[in-house]
Amino acid sequence: MSTSDARSNSQGVIQFRDVSFSVAEQRILSEVSFSVESGETLILLGRSGSGKTTALKLINRLLAPTYGQVLVGGRSTSEWDAIKLRRSIGWVIQESGLFPHYTVEKNIAVVPQLEHWPVERVQSRVTELMQLVGLDPSLRARYPHQLSGGQRQRVGVARALAADPQILLMDEPFGALDPITRAELRKEFLKLQQRLSKTVVMVTHDVREALLLGSRIALFEAGRLIGVFGKEEFAASADAQIRQYVDPIREAALPV
Amino acid sequence: MIDFFIHNRGQILTLTLEHMWLVGVAIGIAILIGVPLGILVSRKKWLRKPVLGGTNVLQTIPSLALFGFLLPAPWLGERADRLAIVALVLYALLPIVRNTYTGIMSVDPLVREAALGMGMTDGELLRRVELPLGIPFILAGIRIATVTAIGVATIAAAIGAGGLGELIFRGVAMVNDQLILAGAIPAALLAIGADLLLGALEARLRVPR
Repeated sequence: MSTSDARSNSQGVIQFRDVSFSVAEQRILSEVSFSVESGETLILLGRSGSGKTTALKLINRLLAPTYGQVLVGGRSTSEWDAIKLRRSIGWVIQESGLFPHYTVEKNIAVVPQLEHWPVERVQSRVTELMQLVGLDPSLRARYPHQLSGGQRQRVGVARALAADPQILLMDEPFGALDPITRAELRKEFLKLQQRLSKTVVMVTHDVREALLLGSRIALFEAGRLIGVFGKEEFAASADAQIRQYVDPIREAALPV
Repeated sequence: MIDFFIHNRGQILTLTLEHMWLVGVAIGIAILIGVPLGILVSRKKWLRKPVLGGTNVLQTIPSLALFGFLLPAPWLGERADRLAIVALVLYALLPIVRNTYTGIMSVDPLVREAALGMGMTDGELLRRVELPLGIPFILAGIRIATVTAIGVATIAAAIGAGGLGELIFRGVAMVNDQLILAGAIPAALLAIGADLLLGALEARLRVPR
């Protein structure tokens, strides 16, 4: 895999075209362009405040670009109906953001219920999803506070997949977990992704996670996109900015 | 003392019911106005200061003065109970509006973001997430408002609106302790009862986290 040209003409499922984003005169993202291909897992990597989460939120229009355009399915997000756009994109966040007053079942069923699916279809979908993400059926009527961190995150993933979206956005989905559970969930994510081949955009600051889960890595630094790299290319790069990320895990004898 | 209660039970009961009616109607109206106002304030930032400040000022007016102020009002002045109810509503607004607002704002920002990210409209966010999670706060506001209103309503007797205050005012005028207690004890019991009842409801609806 080679460096993908950020400005290539290939129609990605998601495309950033010279996107800048500011809040109160402060630049958070500057002239970012890249595209995400169908079925790949693109990692947005960078330290806190690099703008990677902002980039993620621009995709489902939780934020709107100050300049430039974000295209989803070939259409600018500003032309999309925001509600429709969001319901067609799965959204997984850190600590899962589950609804504390809903059971596991109701949490997973949120989007189907918003879309007024018939009851039986919702229920069979919940059963199917719980199996898919490895949740025991006995957990169905539990509330989030009765679950472990790993189980909560599984519910978060199941909830995002409920309406079978083609695109999945994940904001540090495994960030708040203990190392063992994290490793387990990463592995399962890989298996799941092989089966479902969704187009995934995942934010992380963990370079091991990036190399393990990503097809390609988009590196952000201080609101700018340094580049988009294939992961072999990223791991072998001589670029000083990339070495900053890769060297520490080399020294730790490549535990991935 | 007990003899006095038994002897006058008919009148005490009538006045207690009247008292409950005044407070009940007033709190009902205050909820119908206060909860939507609290929701509105959570949506429109610029309304926050004027609305919360305004209800705050209302609460600082001494109750006897408020009854007095309202007396010359055209439609209100005709009937004392109407006037008393309006004054009680004005008092009840602050805790209800403020607690509704606080309840909505107490929702974890991550949960709100998840709801929006999944494609809930503002109305769905409110109905499915913010109100169910904020309901214990709202109920706490209603509870404070109710207990306060039961106390304030005793003063409504000063303008002839009836209620248990009548016994108290009469007792004060006649220097009759039994008469004062005949009004004060049922009023205190009403307040305690309302507090316990609404407190229990609040605890039942609290979401464990």
